Amino acid sequence: MSEIKKFMYVNRKAPYGTIYAWESLEVVLIGAAFDQDVALSFLDDGVYQLVKNQSTEQIGMKNFSPTYRTLGDYDIKTIYVEKESLEERGLSIDDLQHLIWEDEDEDWAEKDSISVVSREELGKLMEQQDVVLSF
Amino acid sequence: MSMLHTVNKSPFNHDSLSSCLKCAQAGSTVLLIEDGVYAAREGTKFSNEVKDAMKNIKVVALAPDLDARGVNNNLIDGVEQVDYAGFVSLAAESHSVQSWL
Repeated sequence: MSEIKKFMYVNRKAPYGTIYAWESLEVVLIGAAFDQDVALSFLDDGVYQLVKNQSTEQIGMKNFSPTYRTLGDYDIKTIYVEKESLEERGLSIDDLQHLIWEDEDEDWAEKDSISVVSREELGKLMEQQDVVLSF
Repeated sequence: MSMLHTVNKSPFNHDSLSSCLKCAQAGSTVLLIEDGVYAAREGTKFSNEVKDAMKNIKVVALAPDLDARGVNNNLIDGVEQVDYAGFVSLAAESHSVQSWL
């Protein structure tokens, strides 16, 4: 159990229309207890999961988008968002929630968790993982 | 009376929207609901297709679904918004409803 593996959770579905986004987040939070090297990636409609100002009162579903802001507290500091997916949807990083983590080695300095990467780069990052879980 | 079409899938994941826009006759209404509302935004890969279709048909989006997804901004000019009561009115005013699943 001591071996640390590289895990990537791949998120490709919009929130609310299907249960995948919420299920992925649940698995990520449960998995965070196991001290592995975790990265999340968001591509295709998955980028919609991180869009800010979600407000679900009227559709009678739980708004789980604030939960992404807690990921830093679970030591999840590596979040990749695919550039091409944002562009195809008329979105930019400014349309997404600002996700941060606190670096204890630098007096809890707040650092950005999200990196925008190209499809090419994301493909290479996927290849470097020991385990890829796709939602 | 015209026809009401509803589209509940993201245009990026399914061809429901494209098929619907090709079939919808002049004067009919296309209502975007659930993940279908992503098609209402300006600047997406599909916004030109929607704008072309809007020369002949009316495109409406369900506001609660736009709000839920945080995309109730930067909508294509001319896309109207309705609430659930508006959805019912559209259905009542139409001679039939086709759901593009």
